[in-house]
Amino acid sequence: MSSKEPIVVVKDLYKSFKLPHEQHSGIKQRIINIFKGVKGYETQRVLNDISFEIKKGEFFGIVGRNGCGKSTLLKILAGIYVPDKGIVQINGSLTPFIELGVGFNPELTGRENVFLNGALLGFSRSEMEAMYDAIVEFAELKKFMDQKLKNYSSGMQVRLAFSIAIRANTPILLIDEVLAVGDSEFQSKCYVEFRKMKEEGRTIIFVTHDMSAVERFCDRVLVLQSGKIKGIYSPGKAAAIYQRMNVSKQPDDKKDTLSNSRRWGTDDVRVDKVTICDGADCVGSTDNIVDQGEDLFIRIKLKNKSNPKKVVVGLAFKDIYGVNMSGPNSKGIPLDSSTDIEFKIPKLSFVPGMYVLTVAIFDMNTEVEYDHIEEAARFSVVNDGIEQYGKIALFGKWRQF
Amino acid sequence: MLYQSDIIKRELMKLSNVFSKRNRVLLRELVITDFKLRYQGSVLGYAWSLLKPLFLFAIMYVVFGILVKLGSVEHYPVYLLLGIVLWTFFAEATNQGLASIVSRGSVIRKISFPKYIIVLSTTISALVNLTLNLLIVAVFMLISGVTLNVSILMLPFYIIEIYILALGLAFSLSALNVKYRDTSHIWEIIMQAAFYATPIIYPLSVVMDKSEIAAKFLMMNPIAQAIQDARYSLITHDTVTVTSLFRNDWYILIPIGIVIVVFIFGSLYFKKNSKYFAENI
Repeated sequence: MSSKEPIVVVKDLYKSFKLPHEQHSGIKQRIINIFKGVKGYETQRVLNDISFEIKKGEFFGIVGRNGCGKSTLLKILAGIYVPDKGIVQINGSLTPFIELGVGFNPELTGRENVFLNGALLGFSRSEMEAMYDAIVEFAELKKFMDQKLKNYSSGMQVRLAFSIAIRANTPILLIDEVLAVGDSEFQSKCYVEFRKMKEEGRTIIFVTHDMSAVERFCDRVLVLQSGKIKGIYSPGKAAAIYQRMNVSKQPDDKKDTLSNSRRWGTDDVRVDKVTICDGADCVGSTDNIVDQGEDLFIRIKLKNKSNPKKVVVGLAFKDIYGVNMSGPNSKGIPLDSSTDIEFKIPKLSFVPGMYVLTVAIFDMNTEVEYDHIEEAARFSVVNDGIEQYGKIALFGKWRQF
Repeated sequence: MLYQSDIIKRELMKLSNVFSKRNRVLLRELVITDFKLRYQGSVLGYAWSLLKPLFLFAIMYVVFGILVKLGSVEHYPVYLLLGIVLWTFFAEATNQGLASIVSRGSVIRKISFPKYIIVLSTTISALVNLTLNLLIVAVFMLISGVTLNVSILMLPFYIIEIYILALGLAFSLSALNVKYRDTSHIWEIIMQAAFYATPIIYPLSVVMDKSEIAAKFLMMNPIAQAIQDARYSLITHDTVTVTSLFRNDWYILIPIGIVIVVFIFGSLYFKKNSKYFAENI
C-alpha cells in the first residue's frame, strides 16, 4: 500500500474561526463595537499546523476528543470550509457524509431528495438513475420513497443519507459520526459494506468516537489533540491514546495522579513515585502504553518516615470496569530511608484496554496500612494482532497436526 | 510563481466551469425543486403565480385607474399590468435571491458545491414566473386591442436588463444577508420606496408636469428605464422613455451602465464571500 501515491495531501494547514462575543449578526452591534473599539469577536485557532497524507485505498481514521477539530478538518477536506493557510490536495472526487441528514429537504419526497442530493454531489440525472435502485435497496426504504421526508423517522433519514454516500461512486468517501445512529442491524450492514469498499480500493476517511470500529477497519489513525496532530498511529495504539485522553486531562503528569487519587494510611511509609514502563531496560516510553506480550515494570519509590524495618507492598490491577485482574503482594521488603523497588511482569497477558493500578504498603502482618493509593497509575495495553475476547491472552499457538 | 497569463487562463477555465455539465444539472434540479416547493400544499398551486399579480393589478387599477385618475395613457390597464408584472419579477428575484443562501444553510454546511447556483436558480424561477405572467399580459393586449409593432423585438433586451440587475443585487444581498440579517428588513423598506419612485402606477408625465429634472432623475433608475422602454416597445409609443425625455439616445447608457456596475460588483462581492458561507451561516 505504501507504494501507491497519495490521494489526499494536507500540508501546513491552519484554520481559525471568529467567535462572536455577543449577538453579532446585526449592523447595530457592529456599529456599537466600532465605537467601543472592540472587535466583537475573538479568534479561535481550531487547526494548527496539520500535515498528513492519505494513500489510495486506505481506511484512514481521525479521532480526538470533542472540539479537537476533527469535524473542521473533515469539512476542509470536503471543501466546505476554506483553510486560512496551507495546502489541501485531493486527487479525485469525494462524497461527504457529514453530520446527520445531509441537508435533505423535509418537504420533498425521499425519491426527490435522492436526486437533489445527487445533483448537489455532482451526479447527473442518468448517473443517479443508475444508482437509485441500489441506494433504495441498501436503505431498505422502498415503500417510503414517495413519502415526504418530514414523515421519515430520524433513523430512516440517516439510513437514506448514508446509503447515498455509500452507493455514490466516488473514489473518496468522508464519514463523520454515523455509526451512533441506526439500529444494530443497519450498523452491521454498514460494517459489511465498509469491508467491501475497502476491498474495492475506495479511500475512506472516517471520523468517529467508536474505538472498536477504528480497530476493526482503519489502517492508520490520526489522533488530534486541541487542533494539533498528536500523531498518526496504528489503530490499537490510537485507541489506547484516545482512551487515555478521555480519562485524564494531563496524562503525562504522574505526580498529579498520585496527589489527586484517593489515598489513605498511617503515613509511616510513603509512596513517593510510581513509574510504569515496558521494554527490557525500562528506558524511554513513559506514555504508559504497553504492548501486550512485552515485559511490564512497575517501579515504586518509598520514603521511610518512622522506621519500620520491613514492609509488604501490595499491588492491585483493575480494568476500567473495576474488575480485579490480579493482586500480587510482595514478601517482606527491607527498608532504608529511601528505597526503590521494582515489580516485573514478564510477558504481560492482559487483553488490550486500560488498566488502573492500586498500590498499598502494609506492615508485615498486612494489618496496618502505611499508605494506600487507589489510582497510583494508569496504563493501556495495546495489541495490533488478532482479536481477543475475555480478560487475558493465553499466547497459545495454533497448528495443524 | 504564477504568471499573469496563467492566472488569466485559470480564470477563463473557471468561467467555463460556470456552465459545466455538473453545474447545469444542479441548476436544473434546483429550479425544479423550487417550483415543486413554491406552492406546496396549496390548493390552487401554480395558479397563484398568475393570481397574485392579477390581484395586485386589480387593486391598483381600481385605486389609480378609476378612483384617483393619474394622467391619461392609451391602454392604461395593460400599461399598468405590464409595469406590475415586471416589477413583481424584479421584486421576486431580489427578495428570494436575498434569502436563498441563508435558507439553504443546512445544505451548504454539509456539501461543497458552487453557491452561486443557488442564487441563479431562484432568479431563474422568477424568470419562469415572469414568462407565465407575460402570457396574461398578451391576453390583456388582445382584449384591449393593442396593435403590435416591430419594436416588440426589443422587449427581451429589457427583460434581460432587469434580470441582470436583479441577479447582481441578489448576489450582493444574499452574501450580505449571511453577515447581517438586517439586510432583509432594509431591503423591504428600499423596495417599498423604489416601488413608488418608479413610474409603475402613475405615468411619468405626472412627474414631468411638476418638475422635469425630477423626472429625469427618476429615469436614471434602470428599473424605471426598462419598464418604460418595455411599455414603449409593447404597448404604446406614447410612453416617455429615457431617450425621449433627454432627446438624446446616449442617455440610455447611464441606467445600463448602472446595471453593469451592480452586476460586476455583486458577482465579485459574492465570490469573495461565498467561501465563508458555510462557517458564517
